[in-house]
Amino acid sequence: MSNKLINWFRYASPQTFYPLAGRMIPWFWGLAAIFGVAGLGIGFLLAPTDAQQGEGYRIIFLHVPASWMSMFIYLVMAFWAATGLAFNTRLSGMMASALAPTGALFAFLSLWTGALWGKPMWGTWWVWDARLTSELILLFLYIGFIALQAAIDDPRRADKAGAILALVGVVNIPIIYFSVQWWNTLHQGASVSLTRAPSMAAMMLWGMLLCALACWMYSIAVALMRVRVIMLERERHTDWVRALLAGRE
Amino acid sequence: MIHWNSLAEFLAMGRHGPYVWGSLLVMALLMVAEPMLLLRGRKRLIARLRRQHRAEASERRQTGAGSRSMANGSND
Repeated sequence: MSNKLINWFRYASPQTFYPLAGRMIPWFWGLAAIFGVAGLGIGFLLAPTDAQQGEGYRIIFLHVPASWMSMFIYLVMAFWAATGLAFNTRLSGMMASALAPTGALFAFLSLWTGALWGKPMWGTWWVWDARLTSELILLFLYIGFIALQAAIDDPRRADKAGAILALVGVVNIPIIYFSVQWWNTLHQGASVSLTRAPSMAAMMLWGMLLCALACWMYSIAVALMRVRVIMLERERHTDWVRALLAGRE
Repeated sequence: MIHWNSLAEFLAMGRHGPYVWGSLLVMALLMVAEPMLLLRGRKRLIARLRRQHRAEASERRQTGAGSRSMANGSND
């Protein structure tokens, strides 16, 4: 138990985590590329036509992974925010800050691909229904988190303020996820769920899962890249950053 | 095995071409732009920090040792 704790706190120090993250990044890029090529290949070249939606349904291979990531990244961000508040570890706040822009990107992509899917299928780019509106609120939460942190000069205070916002906003995630069950909505229900067999062809399912995995790997790679930049910036007066920057020309 | 009979059919996506390709294009563009911007930001930050560290080091040499906390006054 104590051994484990020591290890975790060792990796929670930016000085130890920085080179470790640097070594991991290429692996996640490689995996993202492999999963992405496989997923898009299956989704766009091999998967059959959808009986109801024709070829337009292929947006699912982009829309569902983007939407999943936008929600999941928020949960991870809130986890780091809570950890930062509870243990006051420097790394936690940096991780939360590193995730927010990527989460915002996926929330935007979810809305964008959703609009382009909605137009041919529903005849409208946008409706103010529960699913779409709560996803838009998610985008605003990300933007609010980024703006709030940018407005506070002291990084430790910015971390705390951001963490509270992130934790309050977490209530929105179940609202997004269950909105299609709780309210009448134009949005279709889940095609994949943990509790029952997926309501789609195996080829479609595989394409979607591989694309989702690619987005996961992408998110990890980008978040690690960003956390390294944040570490350099915040720890610029420390000896380890001085030594690191002096060492490499 | 491939679902499409021709490239034209693939590009047309059964009348849904603009919607499907509009989704893919924007998603791909943003997912390429994000890491590119990060790499550029990192390069600039490293250059700026190196300049700062060099300036602080030369300041220390001029004013003598022990004034490091003074030299860290810049807050950009």
